[in-house]
Amino acid sequence: MLEKTRQQSDWQDQVYPALKSVNVKHVAYVPDAGHSKAIKEAETDIDVHSVVLTTEEEGIGYLAGAWLGGDRGALLMQSSGVGNCINTLALQCCTRFPLLMLITMRGDWAEFNQWQNPMGQATEDALKLMGVMTWRADKSEDVVPLIRGAATMAFDGDSACAVLLGQRLIGEKKWVE
Amino acid sequence: MGGVVPSGNLDRREVVKTLLAERNGLLVVTGLGSASYDVMAAGDNDHNYYLWAAMGSAATVGLGLAEAQPERKAVVVTGDGELLMGFGALATMALRKPPNLSIVVLDNGHYGETGMQPSHAGRGIKLDQVAQACGFDWTAEIRDMVGVKDLSRRIHVADGLKFADVKIKANNPLRVLPPKDGVYVKNRFRAVLGHAPN
Repeated sequence: MLEKTRQQSDWQDQVYPALKSVNVKHVAYVPDAGHSKAIKEAETDIDVHSVVLTTEEEGIGYLAGAWLGGDRGALLMQSSGVGNCINTLALQCCTRFPLLMLITMRGDWAEFNQWQNPMGQATEDALKLMGVMTWRADKSEDVVPLIRGAATMAFDGDSACAVLLGQRLIGEKKWVE
Repeated sequence: MGGVVPSGNLDRREVVKTLLAERNGLLVVTGLGSASYDVMAAGDNDHNYYLWAAMGSAATVGLGLAEAQPERKAVVVTGDGELLMGFGALATMALRKPPNLSIVVLDNGHYGETGMQPSHAGRGIKLDQVAQACGFDWTAEIRDMVGVKDLSRRIHVADGLKFADVKIKANNPLRVLPPKDGVYVKNRFRAVLGHAPN
């Protein structure tokens, strides 16, 4: 059985309102515990298209299409999903559509499952290699300003922007008996 | 299963030309490779979006577009290999079920761009049956032009998520290259829908 101990989970309450405040109309996601609050809110918001994906790179195509149709969106995933996105990020590089990604980290700090470490440690570099700008949030008070700043640079600058939500922020994940 | 099965007999250029003969504002997304050349050969159009990479993404681009433009009809024209690379997208689309979206696969059972190696479709996987199992509202395997003409009418009716596996000949007609500047094509696509470039 898995259980999470959280330092402060109030940041989780602020993610969805931050996305709404920048006029996000589509939330594409692969389910993740760190994003669970935002996912739940997106799923119950009749004004937002909430799209569960089978793999993260589907969200890049989806959001490119939504932007072609005039809408803003955001992609929510775990750091392991960044590896799935690499080739598909060429779509953003060549099309220059705004791509806002929120990424919860694994293999980052106090990781109990070392199989998460290779991709977690490579996540930020992998994004940068593909031209994605990145910011790290390790404190609750940084989450909203970093999301808003990334959204500005994505939507006003036709850029790919990712906010990495660190494991120190999310809280240590532990096995419990 | 696994042996190479015979390809279809339809001419891919004739299929696409027939499919897009009456556009009426139809939005078209194309998968990289031959499907893009076929759509370009049928006539460049501000309502076309051509992919040149991101293999496996044509269907998801079409999904996002159809959801953002519910008053219009959208069609994805792609190949069997391109669709197979993003196969999970069939499940994602089937959960959303935009009634204004059609997926049209030009299925020659081969990877035409890389030397005509047989694809999974060419080795027996029935793509339309996969879409049907996922829950698409309408699916078909099409082997003649009567079926293509029927499809050309259906894609203009927003009555359900559709999937057509069109069995075409395994050949490579002369390439007709669409514009490769993705920003230019994006901006003209958005402009014709009334959106600013940024």
